[in-house]
Amino acid sequence: MAAVVQLEEIHKIYDSGEIPVHAVRGVTLQIPKGEFVAVMGASGSGKSTLMNLLGCLDRPSKGRYLLDDIDVSGLGRNELADLRNQKLGFVFQGFNLLSRTTARENVELPMLYGKRRFSARELHERAMRSLDIVGLTARADHFPSQLSGGQQQRVAIARALINEPQILLADEPTGNLDSKTSVEIMGVFQKLNEQGITIVMVTHELDIARYCKRNLIMRDGRLVSDVQVSPRLNALEEMKRILSAEAEAKLTA
Amino acid sequence: MRFFNTIKIALRALRRSAMRSILTALGIIIGVAAVIAMVSIGNGAKSQVESSIASLGQNIISVFPGNFTAGGVRGGFGSASTLTVEDALAIQNEIPGVAAISPEMRDRSQVLANGLNWNTQVIGEDVSYLDIRIWSVAEGAMFTEADVRGAAKVCVIGKTVATQLFQDGDPIGQTLRIRNIPFKVVGVLTPKGFNFFGQDQDDTLIIPYTSHLKRIARRPNLNSIVVQAQEADQMARIQQDITDLLQQRRNGRDPDFTVRNQQELAEAATATTKTMTVLLGAIAGVSLIVGGIGIMNIMLVSVTERTREIGIRLAVGAHGSDVLTQFLIEAIILSSMGGAIGVLLGVGSSQLISKLNGWPVLVSTTAIIGAVAFSAVIGIFFGFYPARKAAQLDPIEALRYE
Repeated sequence: MAAVVQLEEIHKIYDSGEIPVHAVRGVTLQIPKGEFVAVMGASGSGKSTLMNLLGCLDRPSKGRYLLDDIDVSGLGRNELADLRNQKLGFVFQGFNLLSRTTARENVELPMLYGKRRFSARELHERAMRSLDIVGLTARADHFPSQLSGGQQQRVAIARALINEPQILLADEPTGNLDSKTSVEIMGVFQKLNEQGITIVMVTHELDIARYCKRNLIMRDGRLVSDVQVSPRLNALEEMKRILSAEAEAKLTA
Repeated sequence: MRFFNTIKIALRALRRSAMRSILTALGIIIGVAAVIAMVSIGNGAKSQVESSIASLGQNIISVFPGNFTAGGVRGGFGSASTLTVEDALAIQNEIPGVAAISPEMRDRSQVLANGLNWNTQVIGEDVSYLDIRIWSVAEGAMFTEADVRGAAKVCVIGKTVATQLFQDGDPIGQTLRIRNIPFKVVGVLTPKGFNFFGQDQDDTLIIPYTSHLKRIARRPNLNSIVVQAQEADQMARIQQDITDLLQQRRNGRDPDFTVRNQQELAEAATATTKTMTVLLGAIAGVSLIVGGIGIMNIMLVSVTERTREIGIRLAVGAHGSDVLTQFLIEAIILSSMGGAIGVLLGVGSSQLISKLNGWPVLVSTTAIIGAVAFSAVIGIFFGFYPARKAAQLDPIEALRYE
């Protein structure tokens, strides 16, 4: 029980082109609540397709997908949209914030499409609470162009958290960030995970994957490895190490 | 509830690119303003023509003599001299619904006064003529019934004649000579300006028709009879009655007269200006449609440019219908906002045109309501295709779009 995600023999075949592409070939997977999973694999291994399926952006061609005990396979476009709104939070490699829109308004966005209607004040308060979780309340009225990459990604995380989702899905969340900021973002993820939020992320960086609890490796549309991470990296300690190394470099210089 | 959020979203999106929103709306602004200004000018011209027709006198029927034929040569209208003063009196006395009549004589003569001379139209009329033509005397007075009975040598003159003969002096009480017969000026008519055939209505001189018959034309027959009906809807009946009466008075001889109705003339003239208004409005309407295409163009560009945004919205839970309504509302806001500004601009510019050129301008509420409603419809019509295109995007494709 308590598996938020249950995949049973999932297949995905794209047949829009001349040759049908079998991107995911029978993946069976369970992700319990509170898990922190990294999906790794070379490009073309099917990890992005798997993420799209997990994120209800796409439907499997074959197999069964239970998200929080709801069978997703047979749902329509609008029902999938409602699921994404209520149960899932997305963090993308390219941040995908609305430009010329303040951080707070970006965070409010999913609430505008929710089942519940919020007053302007509620919208504001909830958005600020979410920004507080990622430590960005001071930048609430800044536009994305005025924020650093790490800050933009934290706004995106705040947006993903706004509707209190079952799972946070992150697609290469550190792909556009330098190593120090990457650690910072992984720190945010680890903190959220400790508070009980289930996180699934795609990455191709081994050292980033080591901040997670569980690593999956995909090849040719199949899961080829599923291991618990040990020893696990702790982002807080890593950060301390990086900072002291920087300080040392400054002293010697 | 979703709908209000969508309006909020659409407003946020428009505010994000304020400059572009204004430029997009500009097409509609200019279109609506043009429609309103053009229709206002057209309506103004129409009302001016109508009032200038009305100034000729209302409900007027004219009776002309028939044409004269001798040895196979046919004269034109009025060439026969068969209309008599008795005919005129018979019309006045025997036909119900006639408000007034005036037996009419027309002639061109050289008029002398004050050492100057001027060729003008000398017309002979009854006293009622000024009322029929909705005309009045500015200085002095109209000649009287007694003057008409006595074929008195008095006249009232138009402004142009007064200026040409007496220049700055006061013409009242002065004497002028028509065919060497002295006439006393008793009144000067209010200036009426040009009629829509381009004739100067003030270049005229009016004397009693009796004086004209006896002293100027020296013949017993009238040039025409002007008849004014009491009610416009009686005109056809009166026209027929006049025909019947005159025919009866001629004891079965071939009709030697024509009865004409001014209504036809008025209708033709208003029809012309109406055509002009429609034409102007149609040209302006084309610019409104061009404005609409401008909105569609920008919305299409904007859908492509905002593909990622649409992807984000779809990913966080927007339905296709949310995206559709958002883009549709954006288009409608643009076009109706443009419409509202266009109304202000259109009304303002037509007032300005009227001030600068002295043209009469009549701002029509129908044009305003029509233009605004049309611009909102344009928003829906031209906004729908881009909006549907946005709504049908695949979220994965849209998110990947660079």
